[in-house]
Amino acid sequence: MNRYPIWKYLVIAVMLLIGSLYSLPNLFGEAPAVQLSSAKSTIKLDASTLSKVEQVLKDANLTVSQMGLEGHSIKARFDSTDIQLKARDALEKAFNTNPADPSHVVALNLVPRTPTWLQALHANPMYLGLDLRGGVHFMLQVDMQGALAKRAETLAGDLRTALREKGIRHGGIQRNGQTLELRVREAAAAQSAQNLIADQFPDLLATVTADAAETRITLAIKPEAARKVQEQALKQNITTLNNRINELGVAEPVIQQQGLDRIVVQLPGVQDTAKAKDILGRTATLELRMVDESSEGRAAETAAGPVPFGSERHLDRNGQPVVTKRQVVLTGENLTDAQAGFDSQTQEAAVHLTLDAKGARIFRDVTRDNVGKRMAILLFEKGKGEVVTAPVIRGEIGGGRVQISGRMSTAEASDTALLLRAGSLAAPMDIIEERTIGPSLGAENISKGFHSVAWGFAVIAVFMCVYYAMFGVFSSLALAVNLILLVAVLSMLQATLTLPGIAAMALALGMAIDSNVLINERVREELRNGASPQAAIHAGYEHAWATILDSNVTTLIAGVALLLFGSGPVRGFAVVHCVGILTSMFSAVLFSRGLVNLWYGRQKKLKTVSIGTVWKASATSQAPAATQS
Amino acid sequence: MEFFRIKRDIPFMRHALVLNAVSLVTFIAAVFFLFSRGLHLSVEFTGGTVIEVAYQEPAHIDEVRKAIEGLGYHDVPVQNFGTSRDVMMRLPVLQGQSSGQQTEAVVAALKAQTPTVELRRTEFVGPQIGKELVSDGLTALGLVIAGIMIYLAMRFEWKYAVSAIIANLHDVIIILGFFAFFQWEFSLAVLAAVLAVLGYSVNESVVIFDRIRETFRKQRKLTPVQVIDHAITSTISRTIITHGSTQIMVLSMLLFGGPTLFYFALALTIGILFGIYSSVFVAAAIAMWLGIRREDLIKTDKRGTNPDDPNHGAAV
Repeated sequence: MNRYPIWKYLVIAVMLLIGSLYSLPNLFGEAPAVQLSSAKSTIKLDASTLSKVEQVLKDANLTVSQMGLEGHSIKARFDSTDIQLKARDALEKAFNTNPADPSHVVALNLVPRTPTWLQALHANPMYLGLDLRGGVHFMLQVDMQGALAKRAETLAGDLRTALREKGIRHGGIQRNGQTLELRVREAAAAQSAQNLIADQFPDLLATVTADAAETRITLAIKPEAARKVQEQALKQNITTLNNRINELGVAEPVIQQQGLDRIVVQLPGVQDTAKAKDILGRTATLELRMVDESSEGRAAETAAGPVPFGSERHLDRNGQPVVTKRQVVLTGENLTDAQAGFDSQTQEAAVHLTLDAKGARIFRDVTRDNVGKRMAILLFEKGKGEVVTAPVIRGEIGGGRVQISGRMSTAEASDTALLLRAGSLAAPMDIIEERTIGPSLGAENISKGFHSVAWGFAVIAVFMCVYYAMFGVFSSLALAVNLILLVAVLSMLQATLTLPGIAAMALALGMAIDSNVLINERVREELRNGASPQAAIHAGYEHAWATILDSNVTTLIAGVALLLFGSGPVRGFAVVHCVGILTSMFSAVLFSRGLVNLWYGRQKKLKTVSIGTVWKASATSQAPAATQS
Repeated sequence: MEFFRIKRDIPFMRHALVLNAVSLVTFIAAVFFLFSRGLHLSVEFTGGTVIEVAYQEPAHIDEVRKAIEGLGYHDVPVQNFGTSRDVMMRLPVLQGQSSGQQTEAVVAALKAQTPTVELRRTEFVGPQIGKELVSDGLTALGLVIAGIMIYLAMRFEWKYAVSAIIANLHDVIIILGFFAFFQWEFSLAVLAAVLAVLGYSVNESVVIFDRIRETFRKQRKLTPVQVIDHAITSTISRTIITHGSTQIMVLSMLLFGGPTLFYFALALTIGILFGIYSSVFVAAAIAMWLGIRREDLIKTDKRGTNPDDPNHGAAV
């Protein structure tokens, strides 16, 4: 009765094989490496880049242990961190000839030493969380209200232009938060304004209130349009963060959307946390406005008069005041790129801007109407505006390619370009969570977690072997298999292992032994009640199964709840906890039974089972002995 | 080897009343401390910045505190973390200053005192995250309780579900009571431990209830109290050994896991110890007070075809 059909043994064998294969990569450790990737979408890495890297390293007399083009980057592994640092410097010098405008990202990295045959099987080690490898973690909250208000402001500008084009007279457009209010005196004009809005502004929902004096049209952004604005704002911010982080030279940055309005940024291995925070924390937005060239505006600029209505006074980077109109011509949203370069004719330093289609159209109209006037580019950081540059418009500029030049040094040009690029965030962001873990602490956490698991495991295994004899050995083996499977599944899922995750692993092992204890105690009890060894093994496993299922389901309920509602470290814990429960069901029941069947099942005349002392009380005093019927 | 040489069923339920009274007193004390002292919530819940620095030599806490007070903070908790060379401090959220600026100012002030000081870790959590964590934590707790109750009510009967949940909530409250009394830091990891304990110690009640059901079926002459006593007696060795094994792991975390895992392991330790006690005395006793009967569970037996029946097809 204690025999498994061949296919069950096969299932166990296959599971063990897969488990060992996929948990194997975790044993090889990590090698110091330098990672080279492209900083610009126009530059692609290929075989020629690879041979160039080879050549550079050869010239510098540096030995590479392994190198290859993996995904979108070239990774070169070295034997020591010393060589790694030298290689980084050599590659930096060879590939980024212009430090002001780096074309490649050269970053230090730790790369798994997984052998190639395992990599070919897609067997990779678990991904270590920041608390284990050191680095910075940020959670950024995107200010969606701000994004909507800005969208409303842009729409107000568009509406003004449209009304002027149609020659509809109105009493002004005002923005109250995210809604606009348009006032029209004449009923006919009000009607045509409404038609215009329905026609050209599908994103706006109009409510009309009319009284004797005038008609008020209140315009709100439609919910679906608002959702689109939010989605776009988030996407734009993620792109911008990507660009900013590229400038930092991080090997494997994680930039992910979390929920509807949050972005998580993780920079493993970053040591210069201050710089990272500085670049990420720049919650800047960019706006293009016209400089107020009226006489009042000029007076305000020299502090000779008050700032006229509808204008604002900002300082440029040299502290010179510039008075600009409040109306926003373009925002950073329409700016797709900004690069430092040179004027093709005068060879002066210049900044080249690229606008998207809508931005290009608006820019053409505005420049046509305002030749000879000045346009200001403002960078808003935490509600405070700064004029980056205020060039004079020399002529109509179409096609969305804008060049700002004149009285600029090369360094200033690249600075401005960086600011403009960095400033093109669609909506302001705030850091709401931030974690920095030093690299030494990460290594310490790994060893602490490892020791916890190893010592706990060893003591449990010794105890089981002593207390349950041969069955204890089976239980310990099952526990080891559980650990292997758990690690294998986590590696396959490429789950992020954190310190709480390691704790969950230890706890999973501590709880998994419960099933084996249940089984062993049951078998002992059956033996105590006089069952034959084979019958006792059979009944022990059968009876324990229901209990094991029940208890694992309740534990799993708690695990799933943690998974659903936990965030950050708790989620790391929950994933390992849940996987651990599932693998323990396999190892404690199917695998240990397989071992027992293999060992005892063949023996037809089994006299004794090695399960430690089966102590029997004298039968007379045992009141309700559970006799088998 | 055999630790448990039990000749006859131990009359656990004879002392149920006294022990339940003890439970009630502990429970009330825990609730009292929870309200009077409150939990010492970690920065994850309250919002603020935690900074951990390491010195080459054992650190002088007083000087660190002086340096921080020099920056205009008052009553900032400064303490050793793990070793005498590591110092941890918690700064409140300041309006108009980012966490990065706060950290830089503090590190600069500490470097001015001791140039070799090294920044080990910073953690900043905005106030709105804290609120979310509290509500998420409570939702998770509610979900666990509801899920377990529904499962037990399906698998056994509502009386068992109610008694198991009361017993295990009693554990949770007592863990929280310990954290409130000693003002240990209650972090997200501790919350995870508490929820894991809730799932884990329900196991214990499930094992005993399984036995009660089985005994009801097999021993038709026993009274419910005798059935409970017999069920507990026959599972007590398994209970102690299982919890002992889990505790070995937790102890290993307590000893080797370092300060980060310390309170996590501590919460588990309390949970495991009270888990044994509460499943044996609280859950079983409440089930007894609620009046579990053979008839409640045997219904399924007569049909004999219930695939959920754990004894289905297992007659030996």
